[in-house]
Amino acid sequence: MSIAATQKRGFGAVLWDYLTTVDHKKIAHLYLFGGGLFFLIGGIEAMLIRIQLIKPDNDFLSAGLYNEMITMHGTTMIFLAAMPLIFAIMNAVLPLQIGARDVAFPFLNSLGFWLFMFGGILLNCSWFLGGAPDAGWTGYAPLSTTSPGHGVDFYVMGLQIAGAGTLIGGINFLVTVVNMRAPGMTYMRMPLFTWASFIASVLILFAFPALTVGLFLLMFDRMFGTAFFDVSLGGNTIIWEHLFWIFGHPEVYILILPLFGVFSDVFSTFAKKRLFGYTAMVFATMLIAFLGFMVWAHHMFTVGLGPVANSIFSIATMAIAVPTGIKIFNWLATLWGGNITINSTMLWSLAFIPSFTIGGMTGVMVATVAADYQYHDSYFVVAHFHYVIVGGTIFGIFAALHYWWPKMFGRILNEKLGKLTFWTFFIGFHLTFFIQHFLGLMGMPRRYWVFHSGDHLDTGNLISTIGAFLMAFAVIVFVINAIVSARGEKAPADPWDGRTLEWATASPPAHYNFKQTPLVRGLDPLWVEKAEGKAEMTPAEPLGDIHMPNNSFLPFLFSLGLFVAGFGFIYQTDNKAWLAVLIGGMAFSLAMMVIRSMKDDLGHHITKEELEREAD
Amino acid sequence: MTENTGSKLDSFQKKKNKEEMQQQLISFALMIVFTILAFVVVITGMDKMIAIPILITLAVVQVGFQFYYFMHMKHEGHEMAAVMIYGGVWAALLTLAGLTVITWW
Repeated sequence: MSIAATQKRGFGAVLWDYLTTVDHKKIAHLYLFGGGLFFLIGGIEAMLIRIQLIKPDNDFLSAGLYNEMITMHGTTMIFLAAMPLIFAIMNAVLPLQIGARDVAFPFLNSLGFWLFMFGGILLNCSWFLGGAPDAGWTGYAPLSTTSPGHGVDFYVMGLQIAGAGTLIGGINFLVTVVNMRAPGMTYMRMPLFTWASFIASVLILFAFPALTVGLFLLMFDRMFGTAFFDVSLGGNTIIWEHLFWIFGHPEVYILILPLFGVFSDVFSTFAKKRLFGYTAMVFATMLIAFLGFMVWAHHMFTVGLGPVANSIFSIATMAIAVPTGIKIFNWLATLWGGNITINSTMLWSLAFIPSFTIGGMTGVMVATVAADYQYHDSYFVVAHFHYVIVGGTIFGIFAALHYWWPKMFGRILNEKLGKLTFWTFFIGFHLTFFIQHFLGLMGMPRRYWVFHSGDHLDTGNLISTIGAFLMAFAVIVFVINAIVSARGEKAPADPWDGRTLEWATASPPAHYNFKQTPLVRGLDPLWVEKAEGKAEMTPAEPLGDIHMPNNSFLPFLFSLGLFVAGFGFIYQTDNKAWLAVLIGGMAFSLAMMVIRSMKDDLGHHITKEELEREAD
Repeated sequence: MTENTGSKLDSFQKKKNKEEMQQQLISFALMIVFTILAFVVVITGMDKMIAIPILITLAVVQVGFQFYYFMHMKHEGHEMAAVMIYGGVWAALLTLAGLTVITWW
C-alpha cells in the first residue's frame, strides 16, 4: 500500500483513488475542492449582485435574475461553501488531534461528502434548467410555495440531499470524539478545535432535523398537493419560519464555533503560551451551543409574536454575548505577554477579533426588539451578518488553511502572497460591509434589485462595490498561492513549533496517521513532550499490525442514485413519466445499501513487517 | 487470568445475565400493561383534563423503561449516550414549549 503510494501514478489512478477513498485526509481534500468550487461560484454571484448595485437604476441584471442571484448566493455560501470548508478542516485535523487513525465511520464519511457534492450539483443545475430558486435563502412561504417554475424545487431537493450528508458528517465526528481518542486524551485535554467541532456536531445533530422536516413539508406542498403552508386551505405560513429558524439559528453557531476553536489553537501556538482559561473556553462554547437553541425567534421579531415572546427571545439573545465575551477576553489574555509570531495565519486571527466584535455588537443592537423594527430587512442586517460570517467564519477558514496547509498537502503557503491576500481581503471586506450599516440606517432595504438616484445611496453603494472587487482580487491571489504551493517549499513535520498531536505526524501524515498510537500526558500533548526535551510522542502500544478500512465506490453510486431521483421528484409534477426516474434512482440507491449490508468488507491490515521496513 | 477465577467470573456473569433477563421480562410485561391501561383510559371516555396527564405519564414511564432496560442506559459506559439523549429531549421540549408559548400566550 504505502510503497505504491510513493510511486508516480497516472491521472486515472489518482481520480479512482479519490472517488473511492475513505481516508479522512483525502476526504478533507475533496471537501476543500468541493467547498472551494462552490465558494468561487457563490463569490461570482456576489460580484454580480454588487455590479448590479454599483450605480442607481442599473439594468445589468433583470429583477427576476437578481432574485435568483441573491437566493443562490446565500444558499451556496452557507450550505455549499462554509459548511464543507469547515468539514474539510475537521476531517483534516480532528482525527490527528485526538490521536486516531481515522474517523469512527470512514465509509459514512465518504457517503457524507458525496451526498453534499451531488446535492450541491443538483441545486446548481437549476441555472441551466429554467431558472434558479428565487425565494431568498430562507425560502419563506408563501413566496417559496407559489414561486413559478422549478427553481424552488431544486432548492428543496438539493438541500435535502446535501443536508443528509451534513447530518451524517456531524454524527460521524461525534462518535469519533467519543470513541477514538488516544490513551490519556481525556475530554479536558482535547485541543479547543476538537472541542468546538464536537459541540458544533451536537448542534448539527439537533438542528438539522428541523430543516429536514421543513424541507419535507415544503416538498409535499410543492410537489404532492398538500397544504401545510397554504393559508386558504387551513395551513400556516409561520410554521415554515419557525422550522427554518429553529434550524437556522443553531446553524450560524455551527458555522462559527469550529473557527473559534481554530483561533484558540492558533493563538496559543503563535503566542507560545498555553491557552488562557482553557476550562472557561470549553464551557463558554457549550453555553453558546445551549443558548443557541432558544433564540430562533429573534429572526421573527416583526412577525407579530407579541411583546412577551419577543422580550424572552431578546433577552436570551443578548445573553449569548456573555460567553462570547468570555472567549474574546481569553484570546486577548492568551496573547498578553506571549512570544508572538506574526504571519498570515496570525494576521487572519488577529483581524478576526475586532471584525467579529463589531458583528457581535451590531448583533446586540438587532436583538433589541424596539430598535429591530427599524433595522429589520434593511442593509444594516446585511452588514451585521456579513461581519459575523465573513469576519468570523471566512477569516477563520483562511487562518485554518494557512495554519494546516502543511499538514494537508505537505507544502507551506507562500507568505508574501498570503499577506497580499490578507490585506486586500481585510480592506475590501471592511470597505464593502462597514458602509452598509449606514446604507441600512439611511433606509436601503434588503433584496431590492435597484435603488434610485434621488435616494442618496449612490456613494455608499459605489464604495461597497469597490470593496467587493478587492475581496475578489484577494481570493484569486489565494487560489494562485494554493496552486503555486504545489511546487513550493516542502513542509517539515512541525513547521510552527506546534503544541498539539497533529504536529507529531509527518506532513502529510502516512495514511494510518500514527505508526503507534501516542500516549497523551497532558493538555497540549506535544508541548508536554517538548518541555521534557523529547522530540516525539511516547507510544502507548508496541508496534503491531494496523487495521485499516477498504476503499469503496458505493458512497458515490448511492449519492448518484439520490441525485437522479431528485430530478424525478422535481419533474414528475409536469409529466408522470418522470416517476420512472424517481423510482429508478431510489431503487438504485437502495440496491447500493443492500450491497453494503450484505457484502462483508472487513478492511485490510498493514503488517508489522511492512511498518518496520518504512524508514521514518 | 487463571482458570478457577475464570469459572467464578463465569458463574457471576451467569447470575447477572439471569437477573438482567428477569428485569427485562418484568419491564416488558409492565409495558404491555401500561399500553392496555392507556387504551382503557381512552375507551372509558374519561374527562380530558384527567385522561391526557395520565396518558403522558404512562408514555414517559414507558420511554424510561425503553431507555434504561432495553437500551441498557442503566449500565456503565452509557453516560455520553445519556447526555446526548437528554440533550435531544431538551432541544425538542424547548422547541415545543417555545411554539406553545408563542401560540397560546
